[in-house]
Amino acid sequence: MSITAFLTDSTLCIGCKACEVACKEWNGIEDDGFQWSGFSYDNTGAVGASSWRHVKFVEQAPIPGLGGNAGEQASWTFSSDVCKHCERAGCLEACPTGSIVRTEFGGVFIQPDVCNGCGYCVVACPFGVVERNEKDGRAFKCTFCYDRQKAGLQPACAKVCPTESIKFGELAHLRQEAHKRVEELHNRGMNDANVYDPVATSVAGTHAVFIIRGDARTYNLPPAPEVPTVYLKRAWKSSAVAAGLLFGGTLVAFLTAGKDRG
Amino acid sequence: MSDLVSVGNADSPALRRERNLEEIRRRAEMSSTSPIVNPPAGEPFPQANAENGYYGIPLLKRPPWTWEIPLYFFVGGAAASAAVIGAVASYTGADRELVRHARWIAAAGSVISPALLIADLGRPERFLAMLRVFKPQSPMSVGVWTLLGFSSGAAATVFADFLIQRYGESLPVRVLENAGQAASLAFGLPFSNYTGVLIGATAVPVWNRSAGELPLHFAASGLGAAVGILELMGHRKNRALQSLGIGAAVFETWQGLRIECRSHEDLEPLKHGVSGWVTRSGGALSGPVPALLRAVSLFAKKERSDSLRRWASWSSIAGSLITRYAWMRAGRQSVQR
Repeated sequence: MSITAFLTDSTLCIGCKACEVACKEWNGIEDDGFQWSGFSYDNTGAVGASSWRHVKFVEQAPIPGLGGNAGEQASWTFSSDVCKHCERAGCLEACPTGSIVRTEFGGVFIQPDVCNGCGYCVVACPFGVVERNEKDGRAFKCTFCYDRQKAGLQPACAKVCPTESIKFGELAHLRQEAHKRVEELHNRGMNDANVYDPVATSVAGTHAVFIIRGDARTYNLPPAPEVPTVYLKRAWKSSAVAAGLLFGGTLVAFLTAGKDRG
Repeated sequence: MSDLVSVGNADSPALRRERNLEEIRRRAEMSSTSPIVNPPAGEPFPQANAENGYYGIPLLKRPPWTWEIPLYFFVGGAAASAAVIGAVASYTGADRELVRHARWIAAAGSVISPALLIADLGRPERFLAMLRVFKPQSPMSVGVWTLLGFSSGAAATVFADFLIQRYGESLPVRVLENAGQAASLAFGLPFSNYTGVLIGATAVPVWNRSAGELPLHFAASGLGAAVGILELMGHRKNRALQSLGIGAAVFETWQGLRIECRSHEDLEPLKHGVSGWVTRSGGALSGPVPALLRAVSLFAKKERSDSLRRWASWSSIAGSLITRYAWMRAGRQSVQR
């Protein structure tokens, strides 16, 4: 089985939200409550337990030429967000039940019949993707359409994307494609285009690669995500010292106090 | 999921769902956007930028845990320290009454802790799913197994204690008592502080920035609470407990100073806003207050000393409980950026 990936190219996204709809349709996800955000055409806000794809409507100060807008209008870019399916996934390493597994396609998958809703994966995700559905009690996120991939189909979001902003394919190939595309955009004068794929961090790259413009933080993508397992060494060292001090201290306290003093 | 196998069948539900996807794409292709000619009312709208991120919407998800988890941290910490005190007191031949009380605190904690942990699960009936695997890289997994070992040990110890009181000593019961005590000591030592590792190794900035000190901090907090409970049960003349109480309070005072003196963007929730004040009150009640009361009690007259230690005990217990809530609160504040 080859390792598959998403390449989401925000320079091609038209904000139609077909990916959001298709994801809900295929996976049978409940609604988000039909609430207006009140400050943007984006009413979903973020990926979560009931939104496994989310189209960001990134409204910025006027940048002439951005998104084909006139100079005085606010600039818009759209970017479809999704679980990053990290090379080293915090949620997978934190899961105490073994519910979260890596599939044969390299994706990170929560087995819904094993998850007991402890919520530890929620705090272990450096991208804020996994969320506990408080009604159901379990944690949910993008499955990378594991069921469809097993049947040889592409994920629902990639299938419906009308501009091919969401590409699905082999990870190594899409990584090359991403860099080729950014080079092409630079040649066309879109100098702030860049690839978001944090390979240099402890996350060691993602299986959902993005092409964005400018600073990653504008898209709520962390510039330097860390898999929380990197903090374990420091924490367990402190734990060992604490255990030693507790035992030693108690021993000294009782030995020096003498016997039979109520 | 299984109906995908029959994708070739023209009437299969999977194929119908596949056609739905095709319809969604067709409609998306037909959609068009028209440029906004008149700016809509309500301008200027917030904008996404590098400083505030995407409209200031938090990047990280809020820790989903409610009151059960900080209470579990408190109960587990106190019970584990009590087990350590009980075992060491028994090995050094201290007062039997103290040993028995410490064992009972540990046993009570060994029942309440799993109950709280299970209550917090989104699917409490699936607690056993945690016992499918042992994952050293998951502090939650390590913690659950430690809890299991600790609870078994602490429960076995009081059970043996009860049998000895009721039916007198016998070899198998003595073996059970000693094994239980050894287990509650061995598992109690990591159990008293692993919760610091648990929240330290997460993506929550205020927690992972403190990963190297949280276990020590939580161990001292648990020890202060265990000493407090034992003293409130009447052991206010015990010199070993006094030393342990002073040690825990002094450490917590130092920890509080450390929190106050360091400044880092990630640590802001420990000093500012509501979470800052909760942290501060928890710190004061666990550190300087009992330290001072105990220091004075060393030189006070018998009756006065007793009352001072009683107050120091209440302060440490309240401080430990508030401290656990404070860290949970700070974590929630921390992801709000």
